[in-house]
Amino acid sequence: MLKDITLGQYFPIDSVLHRLDPRFKIIFTMLFIIMLFAGNSVWTLVLSAVFVLMAQFLSKIPLKMSWRSIRPLLPVLVFTAILNLLLIDSGEVVWEWQFLHIYEGGITTSIFMIARIVLLMVGSSLLTYTTSPILLTDAIEALLSPLKRIRFPVHEMAMMMSIALRFIPTLLEETDKIISAQKARGAALDSGGIRERVRALLPILVPLFVSAFRRAEELATAMECRCYRGGEGRTRLRQLKAGVGDHIGLGVCLVFLGASICVNFLKL
Amino acid sequence: MEHMIEAKHITFRYPVDEGQPAGETVLKDISLHIEKGSFVAVLGHNGSGKSTFAKHINAILVPEEGKMFVEGIDTSDESRLFDIRQKAGMVFQDPDNQIVATVVEEDVAFAPENLGVPPAEIRSRVDNALRTVNMYDYRSHAPSQLSGGQKQRVAIAGVIAMQPDLIVLDEPTAMLDPQGREEVLEAIRRLNREKGITVVLITHYMEEAALADRVVVMDSGVVVLDDTPHKVFAQVEKMRSLGLDVPQVTELVYELRKEGFSLPAEIISETECLDALAALLEIKPI
Amino acid sequence: MAILTTEGLTYIYSAGTPFETAAVDHVDLQIGEDLMVGVIGHTGSGKSTLMQHFNGLLQPTEGKVSLEGKDIWADKKMLREVRFRVGLVFQYPEYQLFEETVFQDIAFGPKNMGLSGNEIQRRVLWAADSLGLDRELLGRSPFALSGGQKRRAAIAGVMAMLPKVLILDEPCAGLDPKGRLQMLRQIRDYQKQTKSTVLLVSHSMEDVAEYTEKLLVMDRGRLFCYEDTAAVFRKVEALQEMGLRIPQIASLMLALRQRGCDLPEDIYTVPQAKDALVQLLRKGAVSC
Repeated sequence: MLKDITLGQYFPIDSVLHRLDPRFKIIFTMLFIIMLFAGNSVWTLVLSAVFVLMAQFLSKIPLKMSWRSIRPLLPVLVFTAILNLLLIDSGEVVWEWQFLHIYEGGITTSIFMIARIVLLMVGSSLLTYTTSPILLTDAIEALLSPLKRIRFPVHEMAMMMSIALRFIPTLLEETDKIISAQKARGAALDSGGIRERVRALLPILVPLFVSAFRRAEELATAMECRCYRGGEGRTRLRQLKAGVGDHIGLGVCLVFLGASICVNFLKL
Repeated sequence: MEHMIEAKHITFRYPVDEGQPAGETVLKDISLHIEKGSFVAVLGHNGSGKSTFAKHINAILVPEEGKMFVEGIDTSDESRLFDIRQKAGMVFQDPDNQIVATVVEEDVAFAPENLGVPPAEIRSRVDNALRTVNMYDYRSHAPSQLSGGQKQRVAIAGVIAMQPDLIVLDEPTAMLDPQGREEVLEAIRRLNREKGITVVLITHYMEEAALADRVVVMDSGVVVLDDTPHKVFAQVEKMRSLGLDVPQVTELVYELRKEGFSLPAEIISETECLDALAALLEIKPI
Repeated sequence: MAILTTEGLTYIYSAGTPFETAAVDHVDLQIGEDLMVGVIGHTGSGKSTLMQHFNGLLQPTEGKVSLEGKDIWADKKMLREVRFRVGLVFQYPEYQLFEETVFQDIAFGPKNMGLSGNEIQRRVLWAADSLGLDRELLGRSPFALSGGQKRRAAIAGVMAMLPKVLILDEPCAGLDPKGRLQMLRQIRDYQKQTKSTVLLVSHSMEDVAEYTEKLLVMDRGRLFCYEDTAAVFRKVEALQEMGLRIPQIASLMLALRQRGCDLPEDIYTVPQAKDALVQLLRKGAVSC
């Protein structure tokens, strides 16, 4: 059923990584991405890999889950790797067959690219595996809050995100119900050509939209009744608090980033 | 004694563009006051104006003519809007469309957060509110994991956390199963009895109205009956003509009285009916 | 002759996971023709899941569902046909209205059946009349109707398919007392006129007591009983144990009997109670 779809990828267990301040986790992820793309040396990749493995270990997320975040990308990875292999013509020719030539440069570029993307996916999915969507929203709101000065609607964006998260299960359940109800009236949802199929969606989409608008209107009234008046003067039940762990984490990140930049300068 | 709510000659009509039949007067010259700490049920069929009246209590709507006062504050005074909304909480029919957050306790915290309450106090308000409606154990659940009755109790907790003096509930049980209805009514009664919160319950279920101290019956925008539940339900003919039910036992007693048996007219509960019938049956000579 | 039959019908949710639960557990049923049947049970008793098996929206994990003796899953191509013959109206059906006009919305089912234009017109008008929908409303947008009218339009859409079996899940939910009474009467008249079998799923014991001939009682996924309404109300104590709220009158009569009054066991409506009490009081011979 539709409502069985899990939202986000949050993996609710308890670990050091789960307990870190979500704002710091976002910063760590960004630092990690900079580290990963800081240079072209093998050492950059080694350092990044060590960093990811460490985080993976601390998060207690099973490796299987990380594999799951890479798997959908595999075809793209393989495809671009092949293109790289065939199109890059620097270095010596390693292998040739008729018009196909594979150069050394092609091989290293392909390996680098695959390693980078895999590390990027595994590393950044650790953020979503260890942080609930609501905490993530809070953290984004907190990190973007300086933008309020240039009148960027940070609070409104965060509120919209959390309301969306709140209503997705409700609307999925409703979609299920509407589909069943229209099937009961003999709606043919899975036959005919494209035009018929699109038309067949109307009995589902129209009620769904009508219902979403009705819910939005009622929710707005209910929010006003609970004294909602935007982000101004609002306090929060949950305070994001940085602890010792977060600062240690930040230290570790900076050391790795520094090391990654240094090896680049030394080697190349 | 100060009135919680005071309506003075309220008249209201929906603007034409809001999908309502043009120009139809929904409330006609309603004057009413509700005492602090009371539990008032407003009964009436769909379109009787009862929900429109409810929306006047916390200034979602303001009267076209006449005045509405909540704890002495004129609801048409826009500068006091949030004072009114904090004092008069509102619970609606569909619990799904009142819950804002993805976690129960986060949702209950919504109103205090809006009011700028310090975090430590929000925590204690949230915990208290959830305990009052018996939902404390579910504080970290997602709303989508809850039953209708549980969701509606979370919605009530979300209003209690504002620490209002009055709660208006607009058909809060209409979408619930019997068990959910009982849970919600139990929570409402506890608010009124234990916390001393004034309750205005809009409903068309007579069993629910029977729990109140006072029943106001509305029809076509006017108050037609306003008395204790016993006195209101005893008027079986009148209630029927208004398209409303009376409790089955009240109807039974009414029918038996028509047959000439001497039973008290004002019977609304099963126990009262049982006692009256037992008395009647025992007095009879063998 | 039975129109709907189930044999060992079982439906398991989330099979193969730790959350595996039998929503419907080995249900054997034979529901006859030309009947008004009440379906009662707690939320989560499996009654809604059972109903969705009758028109093939759900496929049994185990067991069989037959319509007029034929297994509905024997030929999957026939499922759509089954849905035309077993109409199902979900709870709050007004939220599935989608067409431009009320007429078109009611006509959606009959059109899917491939009926001729004349026949569709006849059926739409008939269904609208049966539910007391003013013909004037048929040209309007369904979204411009009042709540009660929307409900009627949605139910009319299923009635217009003239199914042999009509299942209504809580058709009166949220209606006011007057609306509820009208709706129940219209459903009863529909049943009488079409001689079809109507299954009325309801939480209101008062409603099923007054409007049904048979009751199907579900309890935690199992069929508790399927018997004449009067016979079921003789088991008030068992129903109470299941957590079902019995009509006030039935519970009053039970209390009087427990005090030794000589009252029949199958009283569950006000007129019945009045007659029995008048008789008892007039007789003078009171044994309480």
